[in-house]
Amino acid sequence: MTEPVAAGSRGDPSTGERVAAIEAVDVSRTYQLDGVSVAALRGVSLTVQPGDYVALVGPSGSGKSTLMHLLGGLDRPTGGRLVIGGRDVNTLAPPEMATLRNETIGFVFQAFYLLPRTSAVENVALPLVYRGVSARQRRERAAAMLGRVGLGHRLDHRPNQMSGGEQQRVAIARALVTEPTVLLADEPTGNLDSVTGAAVLELLEQLNAESGVALVMVTHDQEVAARAHRRITMRDGVVVADSAHPHSVHDRPPSVDHGRPATLISAPSAEPRSASGSGPGHPSGGSGGAAGATGRLPREVERPGGAA
Amino acid sequence: MRVAEAWRVALDALRANRLRSALTMLGVIIGVASVVLLVAIGTGTKQKVEQQVEGLGSNLLLVVPGRIEVGNAPVVSPLTLKDVDAVTRVVGDPDRVAVTVASGATARAGARSDFTTVQGVLETTPAVFTRSLARGRYLTGTDVDTSRRVAVLGDSVARALFPDRDPLGQQVALAGVRFRVIGVFAPLGQSLGVDRDDEVHVPVTAAQRLWGTQRVDGIAVKAPDRERIDELGERIVAELNRRHPDTEFSAVTQQQILGVLGDILGVLTGVLAAIAGISLLVGGVGVSNIMLVSVRERTREIGLRKAVGARPRDIGVQFLLEAVLLTTIGGLTGMALGVGTALLVDALSPIPAAITWWSLALAFGVSAVVGIVFGVVPAQRAGRLDPVVALRTE
Repeated sequence: MTEPVAAGSRGDPSTGERVAAIEAVDVSRTYQLDGVSVAALRGVSLTVQPGDYVALVGPSGSGKSTLMHLLGGLDRPTGGRLVIGGRDVNTLAPPEMATLRNETIGFVFQAFYLLPRTSAVENVALPLVYRGVSARQRRERAAAMLGRVGLGHRLDHRPNQMSGGEQQRVAIARALVTEPTVLLADEPTGNLDSVTGAAVLELLEQLNAESGVALVMVTHDQEVAARAHRRITMRDGVVVADSAHPHSVHDRPPSVDHGRPATLISAPSAEPRSASGSGPGHPSGGSGGAAGATGRLPREVERPGGAA
Repeated sequence: MRVAEAWRVALDALRANRLRSALTMLGVIIGVASVVLLVAIGTGTKQKVEQQVEGLGSNLLLVVPGRIEVGNAPVVSPLTLKDVDAVTRVVGDPDRVAVTVASGATARAGARSDFTTVQGVLETTPAVFTRSLARGRYLTGTDVDTSRRVAVLGDSVARALFPDRDPLGQQVALAGVRFRVIGVFAPLGQSLGVDRDDEVHVPVTAAQRLWGTQRVDGIAVKAPDRERIDELGERIVAELNRRHPDTEFSAVTQQQILGVLGDILGVLTGVLAAIAGISLLVGGVGVSNIMLVSVRERTREIGLRKAVGARPRDIGVQFLLEAVLLTTIGGLTGMALGVGTALLVDALSPIPAAITWWSLALAFGVSAVVGIVFGVVPAQRAGRLDPVVALRTE
């Protein structure tokens, strides 16, 4: 497969007509749980351009994780159109999806997800294995990438011999060794102390600035979110605010789902959130309320399983 | 993913769980080892029996009343020494004809006694059957003609009756009648669990007088050449049928005996191999079980591999190779164990064991196939895992 079209235009933003790295049009995702339909995403439209630096915020159960899985090609929408690297995912079979992920997307997870008993350099080289790169080339490229994240001296260390910050750097190197168009980071600093987290964040920003890889980051940390160039706020499966399009966000109140008895929102929505005692009230939802809404978000850690 | 890479990943996974891998392999090891060992014992027994039948002497023709078939009850023989003379005339050479009239009897020497088989024979026996003496001499024509009460002891009988002195010249009471020991046979060993050294040879005339009978149980003829052995048998049977119209006679060659014994032992070997095969199958189920556990345990690893671009096939191949590695490594170890045990059994016990290449090839092939068959389901399950679900798994 050839390099995605978006990569070609990455270094030439002056043409104006840039090809999007990811384009989602009215994307929805409904799960079937014990015969009941649960809508995790209900019509999300957004575009990620090469080089973007996007923070994706929202309370637990707002659909952030579901959206991340879709943007990363791990899952398919049940409605709408999703184009990753110029390819409509609804036209792709599972093996083609795998290849698309391998070539276009880099993932960084909150819990690192490094293979245990496997050296840093081999962890980083893992995506290249599925690309059919020779062992020697894999090691060279993985070592070079580890050098870029400041771990050139720890190539053969294993995850259990490294600190959390170092492990996350290895994970970042693994995500970038394939030179993807988009780097999807799900709470990348969530398992790290503040100093280490800040250093990891700086590294991500530096790589975003240097290589032009789009950085899309799910976070609960308002300080982290504030550093992004663009902030997308989600609630109840829809985007309620997008700083790139301040006038076109959905202006739907959270109670809109009461009019849809067939659809259940199972995860804590507006009501249960205040019941948790961590938030003072409801975000106002309008275009001007984006920053304010995230400012009042509870700083609880979203479980990976809380997609709906 | 390249195949070499997949092998390495599978090997790493097995190494990571050494104890579990070893225990899983144990099932396969035991299965393969028992297939190899039991087939070796079956084959070894068959070879030994064949050797012994061939060791009786070459171009042997055994003439007995009745039909020689498995399961046929022996017939009381109508043959007498007159019939033996008639057979000798057909053969044309008295040195090629041997007879036997056999019965169980207690042999006694002093305070010691031994229940054994007493065979009444002609002096021609060592020439017809291959039988050599350790000490003394064999029966002579004069011994037979004069019904002399002399005896040649089998090795076991000699040991039982005369454990600490030379039996030559000693007196032995057979069924209460005293015989003088003139010779001792060289040992022959066991055949199908029967001690072939547990016998005493006396002149056929003396034996007939001992039991008060004119009977001869069977006649053995050493044919001059292999080509005309069947024809000679037919002529002897025809002559005996003429003399005893009411009785059927059979003349069988060693080849026919070997064929019958070979069939019996072949079935025996097959049954043993099938029983061992069942344990191999159980080992395969164990592999399948552990692979399912392994898939569940490494769900998140599978999710991660998928996230970074592993296709369903890549994951499936990885787990399938793991299962095949388990069974083939187990198979090779089991082969080594089976061969080693077989060699030990052959060397240290009276049970013969012979390794055959086909049993090794079969055991190894089956273990590899077991790995594939029992690895497919877990591998498919791993390959089809939804990456989102897999990554969420704690």
